[in-house]
Amino acid sequence: MMHLTRHPIDVGDLLAAVQSAERGGTCVFLGTVRNDADVTGIDYSAYEAMAFEEIERILAEAHECWPGARVMLQHRLGVIPVGEASIAIAAAAPHRDEAFAACRYVIEEVKKRLPVWKKELRADGSEQWVEAHDHR
Amino acid sequence: MGKISVRFFARYAELAGCTWSHVNVDTPTTVAEVIARVREVFPGTQAMPATPLAALNQRQVKLDAPVTEGDEVALLPPLSGG
Repeated sequence: MMHLTRHPIDVGDLLAAVQSAERGGTCVFLGTVRNDADVTGIDYSAYEAMAFEEIERILAEAHECWPGARVMLQHRLGVIPVGEASIAIAAAAPHRDEAFAACRYVIEEVKKRLPVWKKELRADGSEQWVEAHDHR
Repeated sequence: MGKISVRFFARYAELAGCTWSHVNVDTPTTVAEVIARVREVFPGTQAMPATPLAALNQRQVKLDAPVTEGDEVALLPPLSGG
């Protein structure tokens, strides 16, 4: 499965990639484009080769910390309308604690490390680069 | 003199006026020296912060990281993925 896509994210595909009979707990995190003042969508861009490598490193770290867990993520790029997902992470593990912990680890590291940038698109046609905020 | 590839992303690409180029610097050198040269060659990038995020060969590094001929330095605006 590709980590970066320009198409809507299919959560079913992500779930299928992580779930198995021995993994009894699965959690999914979705990040969706929010309707902040007059925002109609966000144009996501990335240093794609580096982002791919960084995602591979983050997933490998999660696997090292929680060997029983399997985690996959997809980040969508290009223009994403309000309400649609820009990122989806699915984590499955034998028990829920590991699934939640692995999923949380991956989204927090993505926020810190992924070379991805957002440009907000507004209803009046204006555009604005988004600088990082530490909202959680 | 060594040739260093330089990549610009997002707002920094707008400041530089391009997404990819190269600069010539005395090597071995550091990421900070490459950035100083970039500010001379692409004056728009003087609007970047004093210590921008940078990646060397696709890994984030500190600005004192050593750079040699053929390396790639990428200048990264504040990250906002997810």
